[in-house]
Amino acid sequence: MSNKLINLVDITKIYDGVTILDNLNLYIRENEFLTLLGPSGCGKTTTLRILGGFENPDEGRVLFDGKDITKLPPNKRQLNTVFQKYALFTHMTIAENIAFGLKIKGKSKAYIDDKIKYALKLVNLEGYENRSPALLSGGQQQRIAIARAIVNEPKVLLLDEPLGALDLKLRQDMQYELIRLKNELGITFVYVTHDQEEALTMSDTIVVMNQGYIQQIGTPEDIYNEPQNAFVADFIGDSNIVDGLMLQDRLVEILGAKFPCVDEGFGVRKPVDVVIRPEDINLVKPEDGIITGRVTHLIFKGVHYEMEVAANGYTWLVHSTDMVPVGEEVGLWVNPFDIQIMNKPESEDEEAPSLEE
Amino acid sequence: MKNNTRKWLAAPYSVWAVGFIIIPLFVILYYAFTSEEGALTLANFSYVLTKENLKALGLSLWLSFLSTVICLVLAYPLAMILTSRNVSQTSFIVLLFILPMWMNSLLRTLAWQTLLEKNGVINSILSFLHLPALNIINTPAAIVLGMVYNFLPFMVLPLYNILLKIDKDVINAARDLGANSVQTFFQILLPLSMPGIVSGVTMVFIPALTTFVISDLLGGSKILLIGNVIEQEFKQTNNWNAGSALSMILMIFIVFSMFLMNKYDKEGEGSVF
Repeated sequence: MSNKLINLVDITKIYDGVTILDNLNLYIRENEFLTLLGPSGCGKTTTLRILGGFENPDEGRVLFDGKDITKLPPNKRQLNTVFQKYALFTHMTIAENIAFGLKIKGKSKAYIDDKIKYALKLVNLEGYENRSPALLSGGQQQRIAIARAIVNEPKVLLLDEPLGALDLKLRQDMQYELIRLKNELGITFVYVTHDQEEALTMSDTIVVMNQGYIQQIGTPEDIYNEPQNAFVADFIGDSNIVDGLMLQDRLVEILGAKFPCVDEGFGVRKPVDVVIRPEDINLVKPEDGIITGRVTHLIFKGVHYEMEVAANGYTWLVHSTDMVPVGEEVGLWVNPFDIQIMNKPESEDEEAPSLEE
Repeated sequence: MKNNTRKWLAAPYSVWAVGFIIIPLFVILYYAFTSEEGALTLANFSYVLTKENLKALGLSLWLSFLSTVICLVLAYPLAMILTSRNVSQTSFIVLLFILPMWMNSLLRTLAWQTLLEKNGVINSILSFLHLPALNIINTPAAIVLGMVYNFLPFMVLPLYNILLKIDKDVINAARDLGANSVQTFFQILLPLSMPGIVSGVTMVFIPALTTFVISDLLGGSKILLIGNVIEQEFKQTNNWNAGSALSMILMIFIVFSMFLMNKYDKEGEGSVF
């Protein structure tokens, strides 16, 4: 097991009386791709800025390799940041941008020239040495920003929504680039994003945050398949979140119908939240379904059809490769394994966000 | 059609520019190169290129340079503080700096005269406190003081504007890459704010170079700047030809210094031209 490189201990940050981070505890292992994921204002960027040294926490400590670096200025930290809007030095050429950190450290010219070549090759921008950053596209600027950071051989690279300003196609290409870079460099990446797809694609570990609290830490599979509360379930992917009543172990009542499931230990007649992913609902003949309903909406999405089925007073979102026309009666059947049972939210930050989309 | 309408919108200003800028320039040109009888001559230039006049020009250049440097040194940290404060505080402090600009500069300079006089306000307070008197009225020091006081806002505003435009994360990036605050200032902030510096320096140096009111009021009649010499040629000696020749020489210096400044302002953002 790789060791813990960074440890955030009891971090609290308050801006103008608003608590951004509340007693946050998190460790980051060496060599992992960790993503801080959450809606805007959840405290993910603040966490990253505390790591980078641009903000001081009001309470708590930042440990790096066991040493307390809470009060250390950014230039004394063994990590480098890639900023959201690239933050390139527009009065310098690309080579000068990349050389900046190395020149400060007093490296030899030959070493710096070597590093510039290596970094430009790594980000696929060979021969761009003497161009001005202002003349590059967004994606190219972002790659220069990454090159500028990695030539300093940081132990950790912090990335603050680096792909946020790019268009969809470029963003997907850059996601693969980043995974490749991470594997080639063998260093720790801490990545901030609000894009759940990006997080699922790239990360080893995802930290889902909301309102200054960590909601769940886990692998992308954990986070997607076993969300711990309604917020995580709703934020990651599409889902049907319904009220349920745990009748006994392995049996839950949803909207008056009994669904077999695999969850145990919730107690008897305990109100719970139930998450069923749209792709986990199987459309069957009415007599075979656990419940039956009528299709009210149908959209072709390319890979699958997206349908809305009104059944037992709830509109179920269903993704299926089979098409059922609007108005037809259909049975809904769910594999017990695909039903995720969660405790009811204990606080506001664990609730599913109100419907705004 | 649309283009024509636009052209007509510029007409009032064109009339103004031709009537009050271009024609006067040609009038000065005419006077500078003709004798009192109207004959073409270079005599005016040899007449005005005296030791005293060159001394006045030299002193003007030196005092305006000094004032510009002082303004820059005062304004830069102030602009930095202004851009780091939150919005509500900033607009108040900026207002404090703009407020004097709304008052007539002649009045403000007169006020300084009263303050600095031998038995003026400052010296009364100093003598009341048994401190040595401040005798800078009618010295170059008083003139520099007047210039700095009058022209400081013209330095602060362009600097404030340019610093406001610089992304805070660019500064953070420099720090992140290992630069300490001094290195960050000289290698990142200063070069990036160059257009603002150029604009501020131009807006202080040129009015300081051509002023005659400040030197008149705070320098007494003892210290002559080039502005005072030109004024005398026009108003006292009534020699318009000599005055025009001197104006031409001053203009050459201004155009030359503008040219120098613009060379350092690659992007041309902050330039007045």
